[in-house]
Amino acid sequence: MMFESMSIETLQAYWWIIISILGSTLVFLMFVQGGQTLIYTIGKTEPERKMLVNALGRKWEFTFTTLVTFGGAFFASFPLFYSTSFGGAYWVWMAILFPFIIQAVAYEFRSKPDNFLGHKTYEWFLIINGLFGTVLIGTAVATFFTGSAFSVDKSALTNLLDPAISRWQHPAHGLEALLNWRNVALGLAVFFLARVLGILYFMNTIDDEAILTRSKRHLVFNTIPFLVFILAFIGALLTMPGFAVMPQDGFIYGEPYKYFHNLIQMPLVMMMFAGGVVFVLLGVALPLLDFSKYASSGIWYAGPGTFLTVFALFCLAGFNNTAYYPSTFDLQSSLTIHNSSSSHYTLTVMSYVSLVVPFVFAYIWYAWKAINSKKIDAAEMEEGGHTY
Amino acid sequence: MLEHVDLSLIDWSRAQFALTAIYHWIFVPLTLGLAFIIAIMESIYVKTGNPEWKQITKFWMTLFGINFAIGVATGIILEFQFGTNWSNYSWFVGDIFGAPLAIEGIMAFFLESTFIAVMFFGWNKVSKRFHLAASWLTAIGANLSALWILVANAWMQFPVGMQFNPDTARNEMVDFWAVLFSPVAINKFFHTITSGYVTASVFVVGISAWFLIKKRHTLLAKRSILIASIFGLASSLFLAFTGDGSAYQVSQKQPMKLAAMEGLYEGKHGAGLVAFGILDPAKKTGDGKEAFFFKIEFPKLLSFLGYRNPDAFVPGVDDIIKGGFTPGYDHVHPMEKERTFSVEEKIRRGKLAVAALATYRDAKVAKVTAKSIQAMEELRLNFPWFGYAYLNSPESIIPNVPLTFYSFHLMVYMGTYFILLFTVVLYLVRKEKLEQQRWLLWLSVWTIPLVYLASEAGWVVAEVGRQPWVIQDLMPVMAAVSKIDATSVIITFWLFAAVFTVLLIAEMMIMIRQIKIGPKDGGTK
Repeated sequence: MMFESMSIETLQAYWWIIISILGSTLVFLMFVQGGQTLIYTIGKTEPERKMLVNALGRKWEFTFTTLVTFGGAFFASFPLFYSTSFGGAYWVWMAILFPFIIQAVAYEFRSKPDNFLGHKTYEWFLIINGLFGTVLIGTAVATFFTGSAFSVDKSALTNLLDPAISRWQHPAHGLEALLNWRNVALGLAVFFLARVLGILYFMNTIDDEAILTRSKRHLVFNTIPFLVFILAFIGALLTMPGFAVMPQDGFIYGEPYKYFHNLIQMPLVMMMFAGGVVFVLLGVALPLLDFSKYASSGIWYAGPGTFLTVFALFCLAGFNNTAYYPSTFDLQSSLTIHNSSSSHYTLTVMSYVSLVVPFVFAYIWYAWKAINSKKIDAAEMEEGGHTY
Repeated sequence: MLEHVDLSLIDWSRAQFALTAIYHWIFVPLTLGLAFIIAIMESIYVKTGNPEWKQITKFWMTLFGINFAIGVATGIILEFQFGTNWSNYSWFVGDIFGAPLAIEGIMAFFLESTFIAVMFFGWNKVSKRFHLAASWLTAIGANLSALWILVANAWMQFPVGMQFNPDTARNEMVDFWAVLFSPVAINKFFHTITSGYVTASVFVVGISAWFLIKKRHTLLAKRSILIASIFGLASSLFLAFTGDGSAYQVSQKQPMKLAAMEGLYEGKHGAGLVAFGILDPAKKTGDGKEAFFFKIEFPKLLSFLGYRNPDAFVPGVDDIIKGGFTPGYDHVHPMEKERTFSVEEKIRRGKLAVAALATYRDAKVAKVTAKSIQAMEELRLNFPWFGYAYLNSPESIIPNVPLTFYSFHLMVYMGTYFILLFTVVLYLVRKEKLEQQRWLLWLSVWTIPLVYLASEAGWVVAEVGRQPWVIQDLMPVMAAVSKIDATSVIITFWLFAAVFTVLLIAEMMIMIRQIKIGPKDGGTK
């Protein structure tokens, strides 16, 4: 009797929060992708690389599963986004999915004899996934603010000759997002953030002096470009016009400084954003400042920091009467959490399902702790247990 | 009208879905079944404390892990493909179809992926019992994920629990339980997961038989055969039972698919079940020619199995096209209870429904209430045939009959053969006589490819047999496809074909090598 009595607007907001939680968790978990791009940089010998790959290999499925669940949850709660974006920005989504296909076999096949492609190829699969997965997902998320060229006309269904409801209006089918520097800036920010998180995860999980030393050095090298790109994106975001919605009739119009307005009109989001940034920086600073007690726990600051920052970004995109998937071709085709959602009934059903999420987090946490009870070291790699 | 909808786009989009689904389905059944076989083996280990059972468990777990990885790799595209290639579909039914997909992620994938990590890496890190629980939870997670995706698939075959909303131009869920407990969903779930159990059992028996032929790891082989043949026999008997249930549902809900499965063009009372037949490939609907060059039938069996009445009328392809018969099946509109409509009439009514939707939406914009109410009524009356509006000829509702017919029969022959094989193998292994029957051991090895063929054939029946419908009667493929150029889909088709083929080769090479290596730690004698 809980969700049924909620208004559709409340359920839509609730589901945008769930989507934001999944999206933020996904970006945090992309430490796996970031770490994958560093296996040759931080791992200089085969045993070192084995430790790095195995450290990531115990977690890659969480990231993968979160990506799949993010897609499924978006489909169930905001099907018009699923239909418009996936069917329209065909090439960018394919370019994201292919690296995940090759990642899924890379860990298991890498060190197996007779693996057809050789272990180096599988390592390159991991690097490709780490590079394209992060950059392209970041770029795609940036279009939540910068917009894409598409149109939506539900009446097209009645045109028997050409019934497509959603139409992409750019021949590059999504890849044109790479031509907008703001999108690319967020893509690169996500890439370097994932690397920072990957390094912090290595420092947390692996007990090896050489890896630790190299990790520290690369932490600095990756934090600087991360800060440059994220500041460039945030600077652009807060000064650019955004896509606002009239709450009375859903009319969409351009509003100068829309995202800046959103930030100051939603103080809680501003606090999350600021808190998130502070936590990320703290996570980076702790290992560098060499407080040995906290040196390996940077991931537990930067991870939640990432979560909060990305969560705040999702709130800026979807709340406070904002179109979260704007169309630069036809403003009125832009998607809002109100015009693209599932029905009241479906959102209610799905809301009950969402009550399972805390249990999911709980057992993941429990299993994580059980597996990570002891740090990975060179000796464990030789023990003969299951390794990648 | 099809000149306007790019036919090559539709066909390549179908081909891509078929390709990716077929590849994915190579790996899923083994995951579904082997997870339980491993959990059973580990349970014996925990109960007896015998380390040989631990080695047996770990050996099969290695093969499980290799198969699981590529199953995951081939699976991700299937979920996103509904959006990328079937975007109109995603909006038209996303309100219903999206839910099981999301539930699959939240309830099943996390369970599976969390505990599989414990299964592989937890041997020395968690207690025996926790590890065993993780193995069972992985198996349950894999099967739960099958439940939700099969609920989604069943809904496409037999849409229930929804209502069309002309304001949003989509179908909306009104009864979740009707979707979940649809008889088609229940049958499909049990039939499909048990087919996975049979696949895994054949796999275990076949590989173990190879060990016996080579006289290696004989204890592991005999114990594995014992577990797998019991599990396989029980599963294959249940598979036959749920197969009957599935075919019954098809005859009640998708009579055209049933006609294709049996190559039945001219319907009749007391129709026989084709035991063996060779179809005339030149056969066309309504040409009055015999459909078969040759066939052997079980008299009246099709009527009995499809309608639980040996004299019931089973409509053939021609009857469904022409209409005018009294339907015996339960999924029929009240207006058709006495006499079915011809497909031509259904197309006419579908077009009325689509036109009424257009009128309704225009009237709403113009705020002409009376007109919108009238259009709404017209739409409601004709909505059951909505999808027919997009068809260009009555014949376009006929699926590929030979492909459906032969796939169906292959599946049934194989299903029967598996029951026999498990029975004989189980009897001989219990009597300690299996090792002497080298022909049977080799037969078991060569049954491995056959079980995959049978399993894929099952999906060919289910999916080819329902063409051209993406959602039965409500949306055909031409109304569902994304608005992209065919070239893009052709490129991604070949990319998938290349990547999946390379990965399949890698997987098979790794698997064969691991089988040759056998269990680690010296293995059982």
